[in-house]
Amino acid sequence: MARIDLNNIRHAYLPNPASDDDYALKRVHHTFDDGGAYALLGPSGCGKTTLLNIISGLLRPTEGEILFDGQNVTDLSTEARNIAQVFQFPVVYDTMTVYQNLAFPLRNRGVAADEIERRVRETLTMIDLADRADQKAKGLTADDKQKIALGRGLVRSDVSAILFDEPLTVIDPHMKWVLRSQLKELHRRFAFTMVYVTHDQTEALTFADQVVVMNEGEIVQIGTPEELFERPNHTFVGYFIGSPGMNVLPVRIDGQGAHIGDHSIALEGQIPEMRDARMELGVRPEYVRIGEKGIPAKIVRVEDTGRRKIVHATVEGETVAAIVPEGAALPGEPHISFDPAGVNIYADSWRVDPVSARQGGAA
Amino acid sequence: MTKTWNNRAWFLVLPVLLLVAFNAIIPLMTVVNYSVQETFGNNLFFFEGTKWYEDVLTSERFHASLFRQFLFTGIILLIEVPLGVAIALTMPRSGPWVSVCLVLMALPLLIPWNVVGAMWNIMALPDIGLLGYGLNALGIPYNFTRQPISAWFTVVLMDVWHWTSLVVLLAYAGLRSIPEAYYQAAKIDGASRWSVFRYIQLPKMNRVLTIAILLRFMDSFMIYTEPFVLTGGGPGNATTFLSIDLVKAALGEFNLGIAAAMSIIYFLMTLLVSWIFYTLMTRGEDQ
Amino acid sequence: MLELRNVSKVVSGETHIDDVSLRLEPGSLNVLLGPTLAGKTSLMRLMAGLDRPTSGSVWMEGEDVTGIPVQKRSVAMVYQQFINYPAMSVYENIASPLRVAGLEKRVIEEKVRQAAGLLHLTPHLGRTPLELSGGQQQRTALARAMVKEARLVLLDEPLANLDYKLREELRAELPKIFAASGAIFVYATTEPSEALLLGGNTATLSQGRLTQFGPTIDVFRKPVDLVTARTFSDPPLNTVSVSKAGGHFSLDNTVQLPVPQGHESAPDGPYTLGFQPHHLSLAPREPNAVCVRASVSVTEITGSESFVHLDFAGHRWVMLEEGIHRLEVGETVDVFIDTRHMLVFDKANRRVTTGNSRAA
Repeated sequence: MARIDLNNIRHAYLPNPASDDDYALKRVHHTFDDGGAYALLGPSGCGKTTLLNIISGLLRPTEGEILFDGQNVTDLSTEARNIAQVFQFPVVYDTMTVYQNLAFPLRNRGVAADEIERRVRETLTMIDLADRADQKAKGLTADDKQKIALGRGLVRSDVSAILFDEPLTVIDPHMKWVLRSQLKELHRRFAFTMVYVTHDQTEALTFADQVVVMNEGEIVQIGTPEELFERPNHTFVGYFIGSPGMNVLPVRIDGQGAHIGDHSIALEGQIPEMRDARMELGVRPEYVRIGEKGIPAKIVRVEDTGRRKIVHATVEGETVAAIVPEGAALPGEPHISFDPAGVNIYADSWRVDPVSARQGGAA
Repeated sequence: MTKTWNNRAWFLVLPVLLLVAFNAIIPLMTVVNYSVQETFGNNLFFFEGTKWYEDVLTSERFHASLFRQFLFTGIILLIEVPLGVAIALTMPRSGPWVSVCLVLMALPLLIPWNVVGAMWNIMALPDIGLLGYGLNALGIPYNFTRQPISAWFTVVLMDVWHWTSLVVLLAYAGLRSIPEAYYQAAKIDGASRWSVFRYIQLPKMNRVLTIAILLRFMDSFMIYTEPFVLTGGGPGNATTFLSIDLVKAALGEFNLGIAAAMSIIYFLMTLLVSWIFYTLMTRGEDQ
Repeated sequence: MLELRNVSKVVSGETHIDDVSLRLEPGSLNVLLGPTLAGKTSLMRLMAGLDRPTSGSVWMEGEDVTGIPVQKRSVAMVYQQFINYPAMSVYENIASPLRVAGLEKRVIEEKVRQAAGLLHLTPHLGRTPLELSGGQQQRTALARAMVKEARLVLLDEPLANLDYKLREELRAELPKIFAASGAIFVYATTEPSEALLLGGNTATLSQGRLTQFGPTIDVFRKPVDLVTARTFSDPPLNTVSVSKAGGHFSLDNTVQLPVPQGHESAPDGPYTLGFQPHHLSLAPREPNAVCVRASVSVTEITGSESFVHLDFAGHRWVMLEEGIHRLEVGETVDVFIDTRHMLVFDKANRRVTTGNSRAA
């Protein structure tokens, strides 16, 4: 396994990119640590698959270089980079058995027969397919095929990284849980460097130690699931992560604090006044309380999702979503308030760090 | 309510049924009729039972043309299928050249069979034809009207030229249906060009190739026009395939009974082989 | 009203739909929920008239329509794949069913503009579908289904090929868009969470059989049997086989669970207990909560919640706990079961109901 450095990567699919808009990947400068589990998360067209293909060597970036453990691999082919990749649709060699599928990458590399036997048996146990070693790969279910695809990567002792391109797309919801937890377990035991591309926040957050959120060819934020949830750097992250996403409301900031309409909002720390910026308050539905106190609200719609209710309300002309637990009653005259710990302030969509009262000044 | 629907469906199929009846069933029954009777014209018939069939099945002439037929079909299948696949593999997978290649490939298929025969006849003429003159100029004795080897060479070459495109187009369609991820995965697995062909492309082309073989088998087994125009079955009987032999017996020698019995045997053989192919194909789908 | 009466579909010896009876009211939203190959698409094809049932009959507004082909019925369908006419503009795509119906040009224009407005397609009317994003392509297909004003609208996993966030948006819009039409609205999905967010009624399907039909939240909270409960649980339902003796459910005589209120009178014998992942917790939520010990196999953290995968006496369980809980793998933890929501299934896997049970 290896550390992967991406140095000032830019990529354009057009031959002569002129402006920033011509780049599918605007500028990526980042390091994936050895043994880390990373997710690239973003909507379709955000450049996450382009970035993955640049790491795997299927694409050569227009600018910048890629280092594997300090060695420049920018011009190396996919085969020479020693990576493994699992694709959206399971790729198995139909005419081969499960065993032969796993042995295939080793045979191609001229590994000795007894070594192949040992490694394939070991990998079969890892992916839980030992009892189906001699079955034809063709007849298996999508989740088993996906395990074989993963196994063809795991079987090689020399892989630098395992890349995943939306691997659970065609898997039934119940099997997703099983595959995800098995993947997590494998990562814990063997510490492979893994990069996982997805548009599904649950997959990204549950899989990765570090999630790279991308939008329109740029990295918007890199952080742990907790950071992305508690402190989204950009309103896009707030919107894209969480279901429903973060509520974003226009807010007025002055010397006295934050105000929505005539109501003042409690904050943790102080926000400097910024005259020319568009100020917004972001609060996740999980931190919105519905009770007797706060800003008067009108409840528009309630969705009962079984374990919790999503309440949609209007407050000062804006819609706000709130999450209330199963079985909780809603007050007759609803008011909403925000948990100060869950409130973030944004200037022109980027998060403003509050100045804590004790530190008094430097942010 | 449900009955109306059913009845109307049958009604819609009726014209085709009538057409098939006129086209196939009535002529076929006529042939069956001829194959068991002797006639001297004037609508005089004598029942002969299985005599014609016994004659045909024991006739050396029939054995010879049957052998030539299988040899011919075998040779062209052995050439056209691998060649077609090879050409399909070298065709571009995307880009502007795709349509150019496809049109070029389709060209021979658009030429009528008798024209193909006439074209190759002129081409192969030893004194003025490009092929015939060229070969002789190179010092290779070539005369398709005199030498059986030359005649066979020309007939096979003509068929390969005419029909390999069909295999190419079918194989190409099969190749195009393989998702890009398979090639990428194979690269990552370090597969050689041969492994990619053996384990990805060939299995995915399996079904279209079965169809290609079936079509080429049936077509070549019933080949008539091109060799008839080119060699007329000669020199001697060297290129007299089943259908040519059949026409000779029926129209040349007016042996209607023999010809009819031959037709039935011929028909049953094609049917049998096609049925074998069909069951092989559908069994592959079940897996 | 659409009614299926004992409808079965057998294709070359294989039963795709097994004796399904179902009544769908006009103006209702009905979710068909089940895993891949459960028969959702087969059932929709029978409803539409694309296929003919092997036995049984289909009734529309009191009229037997079995065997009447789809063109003769008032049906609109939207598929998982984005299906549009590639050579036509978005406007022409939406207008196509109206042109077939031979409507006046002015009326067509009006209806197309209205549908495009509702589905946020107005700026794209002049483009062809292939110039649009996946979400916009599917919106075009939905707009076409909408202007048709069919009495039956069938949506076969319409959001499955879209990004998570786009799904969220369209899912919220869909019921509103179609609600006004008074059509019968059928929506197939593999995802329990989608059914819950859509609301309406849910029919759970398993191996071609309809296991339950009713208001979505009721089917979720009060499944009639174990198959329905499993189909309608994401994360998967936690189960354990026990035997009842007197006032206790016991597992290998090691773990004892009290029999919840209302189930005391059930006869002794083998049972299966089911718990939703969010009814397991690390701290007791009610005085009667039962504590069991399980070992942690994996923890998944979403940023606000933790999915703790547990090994409980060889059973694979998932606990959904609010907040961030970093538990060591292999660690043994106390897990509290909220018995108020315990599901009890008998030998035949039918849920044991009680007069006043609040099972969820």
